[in-house]
Amino acid sequence: MLGAAVIVFREVIEAGLIIGIVLAVTRTVPRRGLWVAAGVLVASLGAGLLALFAERIADAFAGSGQELLNAAVLGIAVVMLMWHTLWMAKHGQELAASMAQLGRAVTSGRRPLAALAMVVGLAVLREGSEVVLFLYGIVAAGASTSSLFAGGMLGLAAGAAFTALTYYGLIAIPARYIFAVTSILIALLAAGMAAQAVQYLDAAGLINVLGERLWDSSSLLPQDSLLGRLLHTLIGYTDRPTELQLITYTTTLLVMVALTRIATPGRRPARAAV
Amino acid sequence: MIHALALTLGLGLSLGSVSVGAQEFTLSIRNHRFEPTEIRVPAGKRVTITVSNEDPTPEEFESSALKVEKVIAGKSKATVRVGPLQPGRYEFIGEFHADTAKGILIAE
Repeated sequence: MLGAAVIVFREVIEAGLIIGIVLAVTRTVPRRGLWVAAGVLVASLGAGLLALFAERIADAFAGSGQELLNAAVLGIAVVMLMWHTLWMAKHGQELAASMAQLGRAVTSGRRPLAALAMVVGLAVLREGSEVVLFLYGIVAAGASTSSLFAGGMLGLAAGAAFTALTYYGLIAIPARYIFAVTSILIALLAAGMAAQAVQYLDAAGLINVLGERLWDSSSLLPQDSLLGRLLHTLIGYTDRPTELQLITYTTTLLVMVALTRIATPGRRPARAAV
Repeated sequence: MIHALALTLGLGLSLGSVSVGAQEFTLSIRNHRFEPTEIRVPAGKRVTITVSNEDPTPEEFESSALKVEKVIAGKSKATVRVGPLQPGRYEFIGEFHADTAKGILIAE
């Protein structure tokens, strides 16, 4: 039972972290709970469908269907995070023009909740289908089902608790730093996702360059340890990155930092040219 | 047919790398165990491993060392591409049955 709980927990913490961060980013937006809940709900149904068609998806594209789907899901999430950051940039400028307070605009609810709800949904979709398949496997296997199933549910509950921990940890940050902190988190999240996406494209056989391993830090911090997994989601930690992963990570991070810099009031580049 | 397709794809896409075409290996999963539990592959090359899950339940072939994470439905096959690998030992597991499904890949 505990084994099942651990496996499910390991699968859901990634989505849990992302939900926690998105909830913190949107903490003052009215009805954000609804958006996030809708993202989770729709994606959970989607995860069930994905699990149902797992075999067909895997067989698609000469056996690379699963890798391509993962790469696409991660790619879309990265674009959504960029869109969110861009929107904030534009909003920051509107704000400066109207001399309004940032806090008021954040509460105005005009932020791109759909983009963030989608990021949440995509994370749940990716991890959720694995949880569904795992639980299905337990049920299909028959023996001692109920205790294993209870374990799975325990893992889910622990994942939810972890989400709450992430959220309350973030909102405990003093208000004047929280915007900066969540912006950095979102930039690192996007960079990590982009690096993961290119690895899936590599695994699918679409990319065949820069696949050499750069270093191996698995003896220091193994990626499949709990801390390794958390850092993998949070900052894109990989214990054996390839050249392409590092390049993608750095590029995405630079783009996100550039967008975030424009978004931060008072730190915008000179607008003399406008 | 699928085999031939995969091979063609491998050939077509590896033009930029040193190796020509990925070498193919097979593994099966039976009673939540890998058979064989140890495979040897050439280092420095793209390698394709066909994993055949003969159990009725799904399994997730996972190895952070090999950068692979792939769900394999019950009674079905999946292809994973790894490498180019530096010489060494690389562990892999069936994540849904990690206590029994363990294996090692040796690149040499």
